[in-house]
Amino acid sequence: MLDIKKIREDFPILKREVNGKPLVYLDNAATSQTPQQVIDAIVDYYQNYNANIHRGVHTLSQEATDKYEQARIKIQKHFNAAKSYEIIYTSGTTHSINLVANGFSALIKEGDEVLVSAMEHHSNIVPWQMLCERTGAVLKVIPMNEEGELRIDVYDELLGDKTKLVFCNHISNALGTINPIEEIIEKAHEVGAAVLIDGAQAAPHLVADVQALDVDFYTCSAHKICGPTGVGMLYGKEEWLNKLPPYQGGGEMIAEVTFEKTTYADLPHKFEAGTPNICGGIAFGAALDYMNAIGFEEIAKYEHELLAYATQELLKIDGLKIYGTAENKTSVISFNIEGVHPYDMGSILDKLGIAVRTGHHCAQPIMDFFKIPGTVRASFAFYNTREEVDVLIAGVLKAKSMLL
Amino acid sequence: MEIKEIQEEIIDEFSMFDDWMQRYEYMIELGKSLPLIKEEFKTDDNIIKGCQSKVWVHAELEENKLVFTADSDAIITKGIIAILIRAFSNQKPQDILDADTQFIDEIGLKEHLSPTRANGLVSMIKQLKLYAVAYQTQIED
Repeated sequence: MLDIKKIREDFPILKREVNGKPLVYLDNAATSQTPQQVIDAIVDYYQNYNANIHRGVHTLSQEATDKYEQARIKIQKHFNAAKSYEIIYTSGTTHSINLVANGFSALIKEGDEVLVSAMEHHSNIVPWQMLCERTGAVLKVIPMNEEGELRIDVYDELLGDKTKLVFCNHISNALGTINPIEEIIEKAHEVGAAVLIDGAQAAPHLVADVQALDVDFYTCSAHKICGPTGVGMLYGKEEWLNKLPPYQGGGEMIAEVTFEKTTYADLPHKFEAGTPNICGGIAFGAALDYMNAIGFEEIAKYEHELLAYATQELLKIDGLKIYGTAENKTSVISFNIEGVHPYDMGSILDKLGIAVRTGHHCAQPIMDFFKIPGTVRASFAFYNTREEVDVLIAGVLKAKSMLL
Repeated sequence: MEIKEIQEEIIDEFSMFDDWMQRYEYMIELGKSLPLIKEEFKTDDNIIKGCQSKVWVHAELEENKLVFTADSDAIITKGIIAILIRAFSNQKPQDILDADTQFIDEIGLKEHLSPTRANGLVSMIKQLKLYAVAYQTQIED
């Protein structure tokens, strides 16, 4: 059992007040909070060994390089990648997806088909639309049902000889649905298509084993798993990373440069042009250490209890509807109250010290599907409590009485 | 009344409220009660899409004064629109151009005009000013 009281002690921000009320932070699907252990890693870097990496012979540079590369190995181990150079540091999931989409411009041609799920974040839609515009490939959508589950029967029909790529999130940010990615990957491979899984929402809740999944690309952002903003990772199978051309040119990513010809560095540096977010990478490693010390199985179990409790209590409220009722989901609850605009609900909850997300959650196609302007989204992390769920319920009732 | 005077009147009214809840209740009341725009003007041409809420704005010139009507799908946004319209509508375009929205800060609703809210209000104020520029040019011609 998790000692939540002790865990909360690790997060200085959870002690603060907002609008004179104790902060109840339920926007974890957007950004998780940062434990002292990770803050310490950031401070340690700047206080003791801040230097550019892979370039200097001096001690600080060596120390920074070692720590940065150790963090890469932590990420590799966490996701069970076969090789450490299959882990590319990026600025986050959006950067990772753009890197792959850009690279595929060289590998697909007019008439090829790319499949994307109906419940994607804009960051996993727009880069592929741009890819299709550049190449003449066709974007097709795997639809979902009213519960917010992908229609695998339609997916089967969409897959064919022309399918070159499939993109899907592991977990939907707006609905919390856990998608059956094993099945999606296996079926895509049967027709020879590559698969990219956006793990941004999954990484805080479960551990993806990229080898067991046999996934071609997997990506996540550190700031959703107790790490800092501005850093993330892209896992790619070695064979794919070798096929993709570099995304950005610059220092670090080259082997040799003359004005006639440049040869590129080996993996992973081919995709890591310029001075990277060194401190961010190291802190990413520290965040994984922190989460793994608590244990993902325990985290998932506890969060599931919170989800069940919050769902049960919210559904007691008259006129409240939850969007995303998949059987298999994580601790994200998107909801509306009949006659109440999510913006109004969110504004009042903020006044009560409760941080939730409102709006379309960068997933407009989902909102269009349900024909709503947006939702209120409460997303729970392992440091949230049942008492905080109670504060949320009281806040929603208060807002409802003010607004209706 | 001039814009400045109306703004001071609004500040005065809001000073009677003790806390945020009373302010919000007042705004919600405003948002619920006022028919702020004719249905025929709630068109896609007049829409400002924020990430959070939508705003419709329409402007007409009447006797060299600019008359604004507007609406929103969110009540609190609509309440703020009611206040903005009270201050800026039925004024000369040049006066609208010269005026600012500092009074919104003073009545404790500053957060709703923050660009991060993406509720359409910041764009709406920009739109009011753009209408004022356009009609000012028309008057001068």
